[in-house]
Amino acid sequence: MVGIIGFGAYVPFNRLNRAHIKDTFGAPVPKGEKAVANYDEDSITMGAMAALDCSAHLDSKSIDAVYFATTTAPYKEKQSAATIAGVLDTRLDIRTADFCDSLRAGSSAILAGVDAAMQDLNTMVVAGECRLGYSAGPYENHFGDGAAAFLIGNKHVIAEYIDSCSISADFHDLWRADNERFVHSWEERFCISQGYNQFISDSVQGVLKKTGLSPGDFSKIVLYGITPRHQGQIAAKLGFSSAQIQDSLYNQVGNTGTANAPMMLAAALEEAKPNDYILLVSYGEGSDAIVFKVSDEIDHFFPACGLKGYIENKKVTMNYGKYLRWRELIETEPAKRPVQKRSSLPDMYRNRKKNLGFYGVCCNNCGTVQFPPSRICIECRTIDQMEDYRLYGKPARVATFTVDYLAESLDPPTIVAVVDFEGGGRLICYLVDCDPDEVKVGMEVKMSFRHIFTVDSIRTYFWKAVPKL
Amino acid sequence: MAIGIKDRAAVIGMGCTKFGERYDRNLEDLMIEAIDEGLEDAGIEFNDIDAFWFGTFTSGMAGLAFSNRMKSHYKPVTRLENMCCTGLDSFRNACYSVVAGAYDVVMTIGAEKLKDGGYSGLEVPAEDSDRTLPDLTAPSRFAFVAPAYAHKYGLDMQQMKEVMARIAWKNHKNGALNPKAQYRAEVPMDSILKSPIISSPLGVMDCSGVSDGAACAIITRTEDAKKYRKDPMYVKGIQIAAGPGHSEKHQSYDFTTAFETYYAGQAAYREAGITHPRTQISLAEVHDCFTPTELIIYEDLQFSERGQGWKDAMDGFFDLDGGLPVNPDGGLKSFGHPIGASGIRMLYESWLQFHGRAGKRQLENPQIGLAQNLGGQPYSCVVGVGIVGNELG
Repeated sequence: MVGIIGFGAYVPFNRLNRAHIKDTFGAPVPKGEKAVANYDEDSITMGAMAALDCSAHLDSKSIDAVYFATTTAPYKEKQSAATIAGVLDTRLDIRTADFCDSLRAGSSAILAGVDAAMQDLNTMVVAGECRLGYSAGPYENHFGDGAAAFLIGNKHVIAEYIDSCSISADFHDLWRADNERFVHSWEERFCISQGYNQFISDSVQGVLKKTGLSPGDFSKIVLYGITPRHQGQIAAKLGFSSAQIQDSLYNQVGNTGTANAPMMLAAALEEAKPNDYILLVSYGEGSDAIVFKVSDEIDHFFPACGLKGYIENKKVTMNYGKYLRWRELIETEPAKRPVQKRSSLPDMYRNRKKNLGFYGVCCNNCGTVQFPPSRICIECRTIDQMEDYRLYGKPARVATFTVDYLAESLDPPTIVAVVDFEGGGRLICYLVDCDPDEVKVGMEVKMSFRHIFTVDSIRTYFWKAVPKL
Repeated sequence: MAIGIKDRAAVIGMGCTKFGERYDRNLEDLMIEAIDEGLEDAGIEFNDIDAFWFGTFTSGMAGLAFSNRMKSHYKPVTRLENMCCTGLDSFRNACYSVVAGAYDVVMTIGAEKLKDGGYSGLEVPAEDSDRTLPDLTAPSRFAFVAPAYAHKYGLDMQQMKEVMARIAWKNHKNGALNPKAQYRAEVPMDSILKSPIISSPLGVMDCSGVSDGAACAIITRTEDAKKYRKDPMYVKGIQIAAGPGHSEKHQSYDFTTAFETYYAGQAAYREAGITHPRTQISLAEVHDCFTPTELIIYEDLQFSERGQGWKDAMDGFFDLDGGLPVNPDGGLKSFGHPIGASGIRMLYESWLQFHGRAGKRQLENPQIGLAQNLGGQPYSCVVGVGIVGNELG
């Protein structure tokens, strides 16, 4: 039996009420909120957090492959999956690959994971997205940011892969050239009638035929839709009732592109019961329709926080100006501070376990946990008695803090906290996704993987603290 | 066995520029201004000096930054950098050279041109690294102290703000009497308390100035000092402590002390034979880069018992007319903080006070002066403590 072993998701803390877009431009907007990646988040960081959500109770050394699907990879040349593998603290002898350029990349990566599972490999499939629509255009309303992750393998499967049908066509409806930030689209009638409706019908009917299942057999159809309206229309036409349609997350998160159907699948799995059939249908230059059957193992798996948990943990106070600033869509006054120097790549590479896996060390002589790793113990000065010690996941609390109005930031003021970890270890770091008025000495925090800065197009990633949910 | 340098090195002349926004002066101008005063004070010529220690944090690299400007004719120049402790450490190394007998007359000069950078706050030259750890602003590094101190000793944050404001108020009051200070105005407590927050709970009036300036000292062996003047200033002890970074990595540290200040203070007291700092020291110039820093220095240098510094501050013990005047020249807060110059500027106040040249802030019969210079942050720093006196023994 191959299929999904575990699942996880990530939704950024900040949500933009779409009414703010109407306040700015006047035109009517759809109801609801869109999730907005913080200024220090991107598809890699969100993907990494979703993968950690999935793997919290799994052995990361059992992962044999990491696949990352996105259309918003921070680099054109430099793999994202390898960064996520580092955050997951996988072995080095694994496969990593990015699945890019198509909204269908998420389901493509899941299918690749299924293929690998048939060869006895455990694959962490991650999808993360952070797309931009033109200001005042419909896609700006639609798009939201988020990520999902699935571990796919052949042991302890919670949702068995039954079969799939893929349709592929060189259909050109949405596009973004390699030097562009915003999504273009052809006029909607063409896109929907000739593309979306057509390919969805073909893949769904194809997989139903292959499996002998009918629409009524499914507890949920996890169907990608540009908007809920498009999703509802084609699902009904294919014979699914509205109760079967998995919510598209449009009102709470927005359309998360490549990650959308995977995030919906994570939501469906959170509610699934043994023997449920779930039909996953993606879209993009064709469509993948994949049938999963939920097993008894579903009762034994829980993501660390889950999609529901992340959706509920939110702040909806941001306005449209803040959104523009975080996505750097407006030029704001530079701080009168020295220019940031780039990270040294050799030093970054030497320190990869610290920077990605969030490792400190523990002294074998006196037992003192310390960060960053060093050869000489800060407490007993014994040399070379250090053992790697992973601080990620350890309960942590704020020992003291300050709210800094001078530091350069896209979201001032900056909260700086001294974070003490249970069992030892201290880190002075930024505290984000937190209201400055809510910070308290002793409050519990956890670590979140973030983009720190970019200089010379070298992106530096590291950890910040966030309030524990 | 090392015996220290108590009474073995003597200062025979000092100079100090006005600190502040010296937009009309470059580094050369500032150095000439300080050196001219120092040479005239000592009654010697520039060419009489055998070697130089040039302390600067960011204003120039190598001894060349000094020798090219001052045309010091192939003489030895050491450029020294030890963050904000640069000035006092530069002085320390110059003292050792005369005590060792390597030279007869040496000069240490600290100079800094910060206002040409165009930034708010400091630009810190940093080594290449992965740069993953936060590069915090200076105020945020020191802001951690305030809530920790308040919590430990049972002050509410309003009380703590008042203690901090009292320190700023005192230093501005003193600085108002100092013609060389950057800020020469008394500031009412209320304005200090209401100043805009920079890094909570520090307001802008809890922070020292960003300044241009230079200060120098001319040093000889004690036995030669009387050749130059009858009233030299003797070095009683000078020590530095560089921290291992224990505090920022170990949960036992509670942000109410800078261990480096304590260790440097203990070493300097031992060298100078100071057993009761609170009563034996006539005046202290300490590193009040932010108001909470001065508060914990009171306790680390044993001017006050642990947890009592805030009471002494509120009682006026450290005022100009108090039991132990601290920062009678206005401190970093009011005099300004041109990094490399600050440590030497601190000694300059003892120099003036010993010679009765401190004007309206003149103390009665001062005999022992202390300078404490801190580079870094409370949880990881290098601290110098220097003790000087106007008499031998």
